[in-house]
Amino acid sequence: MATDLQRGTRADAGNVAEERAVVAGLDELGTDLALPPRPAIGRRLLRSALPPLLFLAALVGIWQLAYLAKLKPSYALPGPADVAQVFWETVQDGRAAEAIWTSLSRGAIGFALSLVIGTLLGLAMWGSRWLRAAIGPIVSGLQSLPSVAWVPAAIIWFQLSDAAIYTVVLLGAVPSIANGLLSGMKQVPPLFDRVGRVLGLSAVGRVRHVLLPAALPGYLGGLRQGWAFAWRSLMAAELITYSPKLGQGLGQLLNIGRELSQMSLVITSIALILVVGVAIELLVFAPLERGVLARRGLTTSR
Amino acid sequence: MTDTGRTAVSVRTAHRAASGPEVTAPAARPAVRVQGVSQVFGRGAPPVLERVDLAVAPGEFVCLLGASGCGKSTLLNLIAGLLEPTAGRIEVSAERPALMFQEPALLPWLTAARNVELALQARGVGRAERRAEAARLLEVVNLGGQGDKRVHELSGGMRQRVALARALAQDSSVLLMDEPFSALDAITRDVLHQELTRVWAEQRLSIVFVTHNVREAVRLGQRVVLMGSRPGRIVREWPIEIRHPRTIESPAVSALAAEVTTELHREISRHGH
Repeated sequence: MATDLQRGTRADAGNVAEERAVVAGLDELGTDLALPPRPAIGRRLLRSALPPLLFLAALVGIWQLAYLAKLKPSYALPGPADVAQVFWETVQDGRAAEAIWTSLSRGAIGFALSLVIGTLLGLAMWGSRWLRAAIGPIVSGLQSLPSVAWVPAAIIWFQLSDAAIYTVVLLGAVPSIANGLLSGMKQVPPLFDRVGRVLGLSAVGRVRHVLLPAALPGYLGGLRQGWAFAWRSLMAAELITYSPKLGQGLGQLLNIGRELSQMSLVITSIALILVVGVAIELLVFAPLERGVLARRGLTTSR
Repeated sequence: MTDTGRTAVSVRTAHRAASGPEVTAPAARPAVRVQGVSQVFGRGAPPVLERVDLAVAPGEFVCLLGASGCGKSTLLNLIAGLLEPTAGRIEVSAERPALMFQEPALLPWLTAARNVELALQARGVGRAERRAEAARLLEVVNLGGQGDKRVHELSGGMRQRVALARALAQDSSVLLMDEPFSALDAITRDVLHQELTRVWAEQRLSIVFVTHNVREAVRLGQRVVLMGSRPGRIVREWPIEIRHPRTIESPAVSALAAEVTTELHREISRHGH
């Protein structure tokens, strides 16, 4: 048998050059042609930003027409020009920046806390079948419960304080993050775990090198939803827990508009809340998700 | 049948000398030895494998051939240590045999090179050495300089060769392959046959190659072992003395493949009534 092996080696060695050439050709044919370079950033911006801007302009046009037709009295439906003026004043006198900063820093702290708690909770639920059976349904249920329902309870427990606000934010975001991580881990193909075992990775090594990276897309989805819930919960909490010692967030700005019956300020506040939400989505989560998916070949990213 | 379990490399000599009556030369300790292995999944279920005996010599290339459901993949998983046998005993001369699946099973968030490096990392190879070794192994499977590519940028054949490089990175003398080329097109498969033959000879591996493709088995192996189904057991085997280099089209391969196919069909038709 040894001689057969050696004979085989020698005989096949003559074919190595030929093998190499065929392999190189096959590989070349089997790989996709290089994609054309991405269009310049200006063109890409134009292509993605122009349609929503046009749509927005159309909406403002309809709004202006409704205003001119006096569908509602002007205190209830101010014209776009009046709102633009109040918006500009709010930006100019620094109230917009202050409100955005207050809300955004609360949102960031609340989200960071939710991230830690939600991740630990997700991992614990993954690790313990009993825990998953016990609290899984509650966590899923909490995900569909509007977290504004917690505001009265939070105020009774913590009075009008930041603690009350964070409680509501956490109850809104933690379930999404924990569930996102859990479902990400559940969707990991069993084959990957077998690979880890065949390679001889320890249990910890398999979690670190195989399971967690494999679950990353699901986890990111959970984070994205967690942020959306945190931001919504925060606005709900700020709207209700109004107190001079609490600092003025966007929700509180909105509430001032309501109390003064100043519709322009109400619309301004809503616009600011929307802008912050869209900005975080576009600047943080979309690039993160795109990067992760593109690296795995799960999107064409065009 | 009472002696259940798996034995590691080093502990075995004395035990084997005491319990293995058919052992003749101590020098020829087999790379893989399966003795009286039966496998049942769940109480009362029909056995998947029944009293299977198989020995693979060091450096030998054995092809396990059989129809779907004959338990050949189960047998491979038993040898790989992913399953424990219901009865019988399995000895493998390597601490952890390398295993290749039908799918490349590469981790898509890593580059080709990092996939290979993970196997080295699991063995405790240092970081700098890992990089050089992964590059060398990719060279062995004709993927030199492609290490930075992501999995989705590679063709099916290239992925399976990265998987082969990763299996080689386990530095095991025993390589188990579970229909590794069955999802590839015929042209790529031919080339990979050639590549695998070269790697086997160069690295002096003992290979157990599971397939349902008769010609592939005859083209690659030094021995073809035919398995029957329900329960899975070994029916017959053929030594293959056709000289290398072989091709799947060569007349000697075709002739023997025809003979094996006849036997395979006879075995399968037993189940048809």
